Amino acid sequence: MSATANNAESVRVEVRNLRKSFGKQSVIKGVSFEVKRGEIFVIMGPSGSGKTVLLKHIIGLEKPDEGEILIEGEPIHSARVRDRYRMAMVFQSGALLNSLSVGENVGLYLIEHRLKSPEEIKKIVAEKLDLVGLQGLEERMPSALSGGMKKRVAIARALVVEPQLILYDEPTSELDPLIAVTIAEEIASLRDRTHATSIVVSHDRDLAFGVADRIAIIHKGEILFIGTPEEVKQHNDPMIQKFIHAAMQSNKKSRAL
Amino acid sequence: MLRGVRQRGGGVGSSLVMFQNIGEMLILFVQALKSLPLAWRHRRKVFDQLFEIGNASLLMACILSLFIGGVLALQAGSVLVERGLSSVIGGMVGVSMCKELGPVMMSILIAGRLGSAMAAEIGSMRVYQEIDALTTMNINPVHYLVLPRVLAMAIGLPLLVIFSIMTGWFGGAAVATFNAKINLSMDGYFNNLREIVEVGDVVHGLIKSFVFALIIGVVSCHQGLVTIGGPRGIGRSVTKAVVNSIILILIMDYILTRVMMFSDFLS
Repeated sequence: MSATANNAESVRVEVRNLRKSFGKQSVIKGVSFEVKRGEIFVIMGPSGSGKTVLLKHIIGLEKPDEGEILIEGEPIHSARVRDRYRMAMVFQSGALLNSLSVGENVGLYLIEHRLKSPEEIKKIVAEKLDLVGLQGLEERMPSALSGGMKKRVAIARALVVEPQLILYDEPTSELDPLIAVTIAEEIASLRDRTHATSIVVSHDRDLAFGVADRIAIIHKGEILFIGTPEEVKQHNDPMIQKFIHAAMQSNKKSRAL
Repeated sequence: MLRGVRQRGGGVGSSLVMFQNIGEMLILFVQALKSLPLAWRHRRKVFDQLFEIGNASLLMACILSLFIGGVLALQAGSVLVERGLSSVIGGMVGVSMCKELGPVMMSILIAGRLGSAMAAEIGSMRVYQEIDALTTMNINPVHYLVLPRVLAMAIGLPLLVIFSIMTGWFGGAAVATFNAKINLSMDGYFNNLREIVEVGDVVHGLIKSFVFALIIGVVSCHQGLVTIGGPRGIGRSVTKAVVNSIILILIMDYILTRVMMFSDFLS
């Protein structure tokens, strides 16, 4: 899959020599990479390898000990970046505000920034919920939704921002295979529709090889390799091969005994 | 924001944590003050919080105050009657309720009833990444969460204290009238109360309750915002919010009383 040609609305992300420790534990150890405009960039790695911490740095929720994150050449923590570029993140848990209905959650950005009239917001919310296959659920509370529905509401909430950069944290975790495929297709079609730069953190191999333009393999806070899905598959690093081909060992032998 | 400060200060000793907390709370208070011009924009959230304060606590506050006034009249009344001073019971209950018992007891009640709820709600929003979600949408958590709560508390608590003072007076009146040992007339009680209690005494109590409201709001929101961990972390934040609020209320009560006495304030 290649990046779309129309990427005037998307942004370029650079991560330069990023380091982060919590106490004595070093979580990110000098990570550097660049995400091109309109690209779907998947960061893949085993649990505890620092993927989510890296993502939180990219959106500006964490401050690095060393290094910097640049959005179109400007540091993420500068006030200008927040005002100038629209960014959104889909959290692993969805992170919907439990005190608000689905419709209020999806329209929250527009309501709080007073960007549209209440009628227009209602229309946009219905439109975005329709896009993720949840039409008519505006009045429902998040507690009455399944895990997959919550994730799709979170995607709808991110879409309302019309983001130039969208980050997904484990978008298919805890989902059944059918919903996981729907979410993966949504990530790909979203990029095609909006041309937004997408950074996806996941350890779901099907998702990564299905939607990525490029994949970064991260292990113990370090990037082992960055390349296209084909390059990753052909890379001969034992750790990468072990990770992408991990499968449960057959227990036929033990049964036979 | 506050979480960043906390992470950097993770290695400091426990005695320094107190100063770190005080510093963070002052920063939060200043941020909330600076966001005051946005109050009208968040009026719906302020009204929701005000409704919560009134709905949750008004009845409880009135019952509590009725008995506080009653017990004041009962305790002091029996001593004053023996010395032939039963006529001053009204004034004594009146001034005590205005200056001390109304503001302090209501603040402790609200710290336990609503401060804990605020800390739990904001704490669970922190733990379940709802505050992170707000930040990524460029919505300032201080404007969205802290300002409406602190403002509603600053309006609601003094109002509650007015109810408390009045029901306390009636509680005292009921005991002074119907207790056989005291046996004071209702008119006698209220005439003495009108004679002794001045508007300044009521204002004294309202100023105190306003300051206590700010303490409860800021301490509870701060504890919620710095919550870490899961349900146990939320529980810890709730306990700290209530305990710290009560400690600060009692310390500030002494300071305010001393300052108002020293400066002969409102007299």
